[in-house]
Amino acid sequence: MDPVVQVQGLVNRFGTQVVHDGLDMQVMPDEVFGIVGGSGTGKSVLLRTILGLQRPQAGVVRIDGHDITQMTEAQLRIVKSHYGVSFQAGALYSGLTVKENIQLPMLEYLKLSERALDDLALLKICLVGLSPQAAGKYPSELSGGMVKRVALARALALDPSLLFLDEPTSGLDPIGAAAFDDLVLYLQRELKLTIVMITHDLDSIFRTCNRVGVIVDGRMISDTLEGIVDNPNPWIQEYFHGERARARVEALQHGA
Amino acid sequence: MAAEVRRSAEGLELTLTGEWGVREFDTLEAQLAAVDVQSAHLVRVDAQPLTKLDLAGAWALHQFIARARAAGAEVSFQGAAPEQLRLLDETLKEAEKGVEEGPPPPPPAPPHGRVMRLLIDLGVHALHVSRNLKQGLAFLGKASVTALFSAAHPKHLRPTSIARHVYDTGITALPIVSLIAFLISAIIAYMSARQLRGLGADIYVADLVTIGVLRELGVLLTSIIVAGRSGSAFAAELGSMKLNQEVDALIATGVDPFEVLVVPRIIGLTIALPLLTVVADLVGLTGGGVLCHFLLDMPFSQYIGRVNEAISDTTFWVGIIKAPVFALIIAAAGCYRGLQVRSSARELGRLVTVAVVQAIFFVILADALFAVLFMEMDI
Repeated sequence: MDPVVQVQGLVNRFGTQVVHDGLDMQVMPDEVFGIVGGSGTGKSVLLRTILGLQRPQAGVVRIDGHDITQMTEAQLRIVKSHYGVSFQAGALYSGLTVKENIQLPMLEYLKLSERALDDLALLKICLVGLSPQAAGKYPSELSGGMVKRVALARALALDPSLLFLDEPTSGLDPIGAAAFDDLVLYLQRELKLTIVMITHDLDSIFRTCNRVGVIVDGRMISDTLEGIVDNPNPWIQEYFHGERARARVEALQHGA
Repeated sequence: MAAEVRRSAEGLELTLTGEWGVREFDTLEAQLAAVDVQSAHLVRVDAQPLTKLDLAGAWALHQFIARARAAGAEVSFQGAAPEQLRLLDETLKEAEKGVEEGPPPPPPAPPHGRVMRLLIDLGVHALHVSRNLKQGLAFLGKASVTALFSAAHPKHLRPTSIARHVYDTGITALPIVSLIAFLISAIIAYMSARQLRGLGADIYVADLVTIGVLRELGVLLTSIIVAGRSGSAFAAELGSMKLNQEVDALIATGVDPFEVLVVPRIIGLTIALPLLTVVADLVGLTGGGVLCHFLLDMPFSQYIGRVNEAISDTTFWVGIIKAPVFALIIAAAGCYRGLQVRSSARELGRLVTVAVVQAIFFVILADALFAVLFMEMDI
């Protein structure tokens, strides 16, 4: 199987500050890949680079085998229609209703009748567990959890097979976060999605991810969930074996 | 061909092929809509040859099956039904549950006659206007009280913030204000020279420029430029702070946003605008002089002499006295509209526009009132 997302030798520099120094990453089909790292290690920069929002100084980023760092804007546009992105704060268009938010990518890329647009948007709204009444609401009228769900629905607007989630559970209460994780897992299973997600949420990692990549010193250490918790790197040890994490690691090892 | 249709004795056989995705949705829907299900008792669907079926494709199929069932046909699948259809059914079932739990839609309003509707509209509009007026007055009142309080307690006066606003609204506006003052007074000099030359009175061009620039144009043009530059900046800055919950954060910290945001802007602009006006006056007089020199061959010394004669004790002050008032109007409109932003980026754009339009409107209105006042005072 070919990797869906492949990053090789990525270098990102801002002035003299080196963010990524030869970072490698590989995401295989149908897996949920978690990107972990301390603040300022360049998780968001990595995501922005993979999405083509900024070009790296060196390195290759392949999505479905195509190197996006060498693409023109027009070529990139086609690639962009094949994945969905949900941003950390939702990034919903504040002047559009929930329904219009979800329809925007469809209007941009597809030729659909008015009725089909409405049907498909409503379907997406229901799919992420919102009631159809939410369709006419504006983003400012939504709760934090609803914003996250609408962002997910918008990311799914074009039925992509690849999904990028930036901190999907940040700002949610533990119960809401768990419900959101379940939703992501459910959709991943049912729609056979490949998911790349940045997250800080240990619960979320243990619940959803198959593999985890940790950014340390500008490079990525990636392994299966079981493998990464035994990695000798001090930051990873601190992260997975600190006070907060111990119970979960034990649960994982008991289960296995 | 994404769906092959065969008619047999007992009904239809549908073989689905190729990719059924959201990109093909339009064609799929048209193709399925063209299939006549009226005469069929049995519809047999073979989804196995499909290479891709996403949610949109499944929705097209779902719609077709619903239509066939509604027409009385029995629908069955060759092999297992596609997974995606089950997901769809689950989703729709969940959604229906949600609908039942939701509140019933409000009953439609009873219809009104035309006169009644007109009255209702009028009432709603009147209420809207009076509410706006009240809010505007409340803003002005709060801003005045805070400003007076700050003046009485200099600790609350935020000199750094005021200095920043003097710089942003005043110093950085110097080039554009100077340029426009120069050009406008040159244009006035040129236009009036053409008219006055016919009468042999072109010496009075200097008088016209002097009175026009000092009394009216200097301060009015500067105010309009500043309304466009800084009035909009105030509204946009406060508006996005509002959207970003920065204003809430201030209030929650126990800091009065009027004290740290509104009053420094008002005071800053009230200092900057008169100073800008002085510069505009100077540059304007220079512009008139330059034009007179090159176009009318009037030596600078003669121009300056005429200007001196045209200026009375009050000419300069009649112009400059208006500047702080205009500054107050511009700053208040910008801050007031900025703080009204609530929810969306679109609202921000609308309110910034309103701020600038109202600032310019009230500046010109105030200028007209000043003109009447000065006429009555005979100056």
